[in-house]
Amino acid sequence: MISPDTIGCEEALRHLAEYLDGELAAERHGEVEAHLHRCLSCYSRAEFERRLKARLAALGNARPGPELERRVRALLAQLPER
Amino acid sequence: MTRPIADPVPGQPVEAGWFESQVVALLPSLYATARRLTRNETDAEDLVADAVARAWVGREQLRDRTAFRGWLFRILTNRFLTEHRQHEAGARLEPLPEDEPPGEDHGFSLFERLHQPFLLWWGNPEQEFLDRLLREDLERALDSLPEPFRLVVVLVELQGLSYQEAAELLDLPVGTVRSRLARGRSRLQQALWEYARNPSPPARAGEPVEQP
Repeated sequence: MISPDTIGCEEALRHLAEYLDGELAAERHGEVEAHLHRCLSCYSRAEFERRLKARLAALGNARPGPELERRVRALLAQLPER
Repeated sequence: MTRPIADPVPGQPVEAGWFESQVVALLPSLYATARRLTRNETDAEDLVADAVARAWVGREQLRDRTAFRGWLFRILTNRFLTEHRQHEAGARLEPLPEDEPPGEDHGFSLFERLHQPFLLWWGNPEQEFLDRLLREDLERALDSLPEPFRLVVVLVELQGLSYQEAAELLDLPVGTVRSRLARGRSRLQQALWEYARNPSPPARAGEPVEQP
C-alpha cells in the first residue's frame, strides 16, 4: 500500500538523488516514493535520472586490451609464495 | 594517506589458482574503474597490475573471501590516491572544490533544460536525449570532472559504494561525499548538455570523414 502524499515537489526533488542511491531512511524514502506515485512530472524526472544513472553504472565495465590479462597472468606467475 | 586494506586477521590461506581466477574475472571492472580514475590507458593498466600484485602480497589480510571484490577495489583506489598524491607533491596546489565559490555546478538539471518549452515540440525530449547519448559522451563528461568530484562519482556510480563506504575509503566526512557527489553530478549533466548542444566535439574531429 502506498502511504499518503505528505511532501511537495520541491522537497521530493531535493531528496531525489539520495532516494535513487538508496541512501534515505525508510520513512523519508517512503515519502518520496509516495510523491512519485502521485506526481507525473516528478515521476518523469525520477525515471530520467534513474536511466542516466544506469548508463553511468555501465561505465563500470570496459573491455581491457588482451595485453592486460597476459600481463596480469605473467605477473601472478612470478610472484613469491606460489 | 592510505588506510589499511583490511583488519589483519588471519583467515584461510588463499590459493594461487583461486586468486588468479577471481582477478581475471574482475579485470573488466577493475580496468574500467582504473581507466576513469587515471584518464589514461597505460596508467590504468599499470594501476591494475600494481593493485593485483599488492593484493597477492597482502592476501592474508583478506578475512572473508566473499568480500574479495570490495577488498581489491579498495586496494586499487588506495593505490591511485597514493600514487597520485606523490605525483602531485610539490606541484601547484589546486583549491579544494569546497573553497570555490558556488557557481553553476550547484543544482544544474539536464531534465529541466530538456523541458524548456522550445524543446517540447520533440514530444519526449528526455527519451530522445538518452537514445542519442553515447558511451563516449559519458566517459568524456566524467573525465572532465575535477578529481575530487570524479572520485566520488566513480566510487558511488561505477563501483556502487554507499556514501558511508566512499567516505571511509577517501577518509572524508559523509557530508563531504554527499556534497561532492551532488556537485559532480551537476557538472556532469552540464557537460552532457553542452555536448548535446554542440554535437561535433573536438575529440572526434580526427576521425575519418566519409567521402561521398
